[in-house]
Amino acid sequence: MVTFLQQVLNGLTLGCIYALVALGYTLVYGILELINFAHGDLVMIGALVSLSLVRALLGWGAPLSVALAGGLAGAIGVCVLVGVALERLAYRPLRHAPKLAPLITAIGMSMVLEQGSALLWGRGYHSFPDLGLTHALSWGGVVISPLQGVIVLGSLCLLGGLLWLVQRSALGRAMRATAQNPVAAQLLGVDTERVITLAFVVGAALAAVAGLMVGAYYQVAHYTMGFMLGLKAFTAAVLGGIGNLSGAVLGGILLGLLEALGAGYLGDWTGNLFGSNYKDVFSFATLILVLVFHPSGLLGRHAPEKV
Amino acid sequence: MIAGLARFKRLWMLLGILILPWAVEGLLGRGWVRILDFALLSVLLAIGLNIVVGYAGLLDLGFIAFFGVGAYAYALLASPQFGVHWPLWAILPTGVLVAASFGVALGWPTLGLRGDYLAIVTMGFGEIIRVFLNNLTAPINITNGPQGITMIDALHLGGWSFARPHRVWGIPLPALVGTFYLFLLFVLLALFLSRRLEYSRIGRAWMAIREDEIAAASMGLDTRRLKLLAYALGAAFGGVSGGLFAGFQGFVSPESFTLQESVMILCMVVLGGMGNLRGVVVGALLLAFLPEVLRPLGDWQQHWFHHVLIDPSTLRLLLFGIALVILMRWRPEGLLPSRARAREWHTS
Repeated sequence: MVTFLQQVLNGLTLGCIYALVALGYTLVYGILELINFAHGDLVMIGALVSLSLVRALLGWGAPLSVALAGGLAGAIGVCVLVGVALERLAYRPLRHAPKLAPLITAIGMSMVLEQGSALLWGRGYHSFPDLGLTHALSWGGVVISPLQGVIVLGSLCLLGGLLWLVQRSALGRAMRATAQNPVAAQLLGVDTERVITLAFVVGAALAAVAGLMVGAYYQVAHYTMGFMLGLKAFTAAVLGGIGNLSGAVLGGILLGLLEALGAGYLGDWTGNLFGSNYKDVFSFATLILVLVFHPSGLLGRHAPEKV
Repeated sequence: MIAGLARFKRLWMLLGILILPWAVEGLLGRGWVRILDFALLSVLLAIGLNIVVGYAGLLDLGFIAFFGVGAYAYALLASPQFGVHWPLWAILPTGVLVAASFGVALGWPTLGLRGDYLAIVTMGFGEIIRVFLNNLTAPINITNGPQGITMIDALHLGGWSFARPHRVWGIPLPALVGTFYLFLLFVLLALFLSRRLEYSRIGRAWMAIREDEIAAASMGLDTRRLKLLAYALGAAFGGVSGGLFAGFQGFVSPESFTLQESVMILCMVVLGGMGNLRGVVVGALLLAFLPEVLRPLGDWQQHWFHHVLIDPSTLRLLLFGIALVILMRWRPEGLLPSRARAREWHTS
């Protein structure tokens, strides 16, 4: 039972991070029907920028809270800039091109971001400075670190804020209108290009936060870390129903739980044949199963291809 | 005289290609013949991916996985790993079948869906194959994990080994040149098959799907089956290339089959011109030689700055990424496009 609770807790932490990243995919997909392959790399950039900043600030003798705040702010700033540049330079000129073009551009941009980061930060692994938040508290055998608490609470707050933004604010209304029918929204006075930029800004900011969290959680950052994370977050978005915000959150948390429990138990069940070394396979198998049996996801509507 | 030359253009070209490895060996050294051999395998891969991306318009980001499956099929059937040593003519068809069935198994669940899902599923598939290659060591050791499989039998047909120099009619034939001719044979065969497919009923159906899937389906085309066929055939070409790669290199490990390799092949097809064989061949050759052109960069930096500022392989991948973005923006039809494809890109 203790192991089970422990795995649920670990899965929840991971799931919150997935959810933050998945929201970025779903926001953009909901409006543009474009899979932004480079989104995972924004998380990587967020992790590396915040790592460098936190390390530098701590080196100058800043207190931990200031270093963290500075790292977070810097990461958000850089990610938002990169996200907007991505939209302006790469995706916007292809708005009316055949479907294949933005997809190939997206994979190209992902490559550019990865290798650009490799140039700036080198090809090695960077260890995250010790934040002192990993000091574990035991709770009847279940070990919880303050960092896990911060990750879960922080992401839940962000998710709540985002839901409010989209469901209740005027900007959110413009976003939903654009997602539903861009031409009609434009006719009614919505500046759709601004809405699209906004979707990238919000997605990139969330990715930056997720980058800091994932870096601090695993205590390591690397220029290729965005790829698997992005793939999993995309799976989470599809699982919840792509284009649906609450779906992305639900999908992220479910996927995190699935992965943690799968990695924890599958090894025991199969006599250690399929242990945690296969954990990346679980999310992929989930993606395939969802696509085969319920492509619209848990909360998504069925969207027929438009002519 | 000029007219005569033009008339036998193809013959002259073929003659030129046949002399090429000798010229390369004489002018640039033996190492470059080896690079040329690997380049031919890239061409084979690009021809395969072109069926999927160029003809049928499906984005496959995990194409290297089929190359890997073919390579491991060869490695397992002709090495001390299981102690079996099948001949080439038995291994290659097996590798093709295995690779094609992987293609079908992957395509089956996803082809009914939108194209962008396929892209991400293939991307995941490529990674998963690598996870399996890295981990399939228990309960029986199949892939030998990250160390890979070594001591793979060299390519040979009957008693003729392509890893040894021979003497033909008194002329010495170096091993690498012999291998070049073998690979060339496969490339020509692939070109022929691909060309026949392009102009067949199936090829026209693929292009119809590429241009407008809904219209194609409403004209009565079984789009799902056709896409699956494109997928399986593309994978089959990848499987052949992989088998030859394993036999040529004598060693396979999961590290050869990363996403970056998939993107490189995609880059070859896109740069040359999706859907146009000549473009694809040119694109593949250009990009296969790029790393060799960039390699001295590292030495120069070492010489001038005393340490390597920009790693050549990072630079290469960065250039691939930039090339993809720029091509899609200004010349989506590639350097040598097919006429139909160029018009398609610019009207929609």
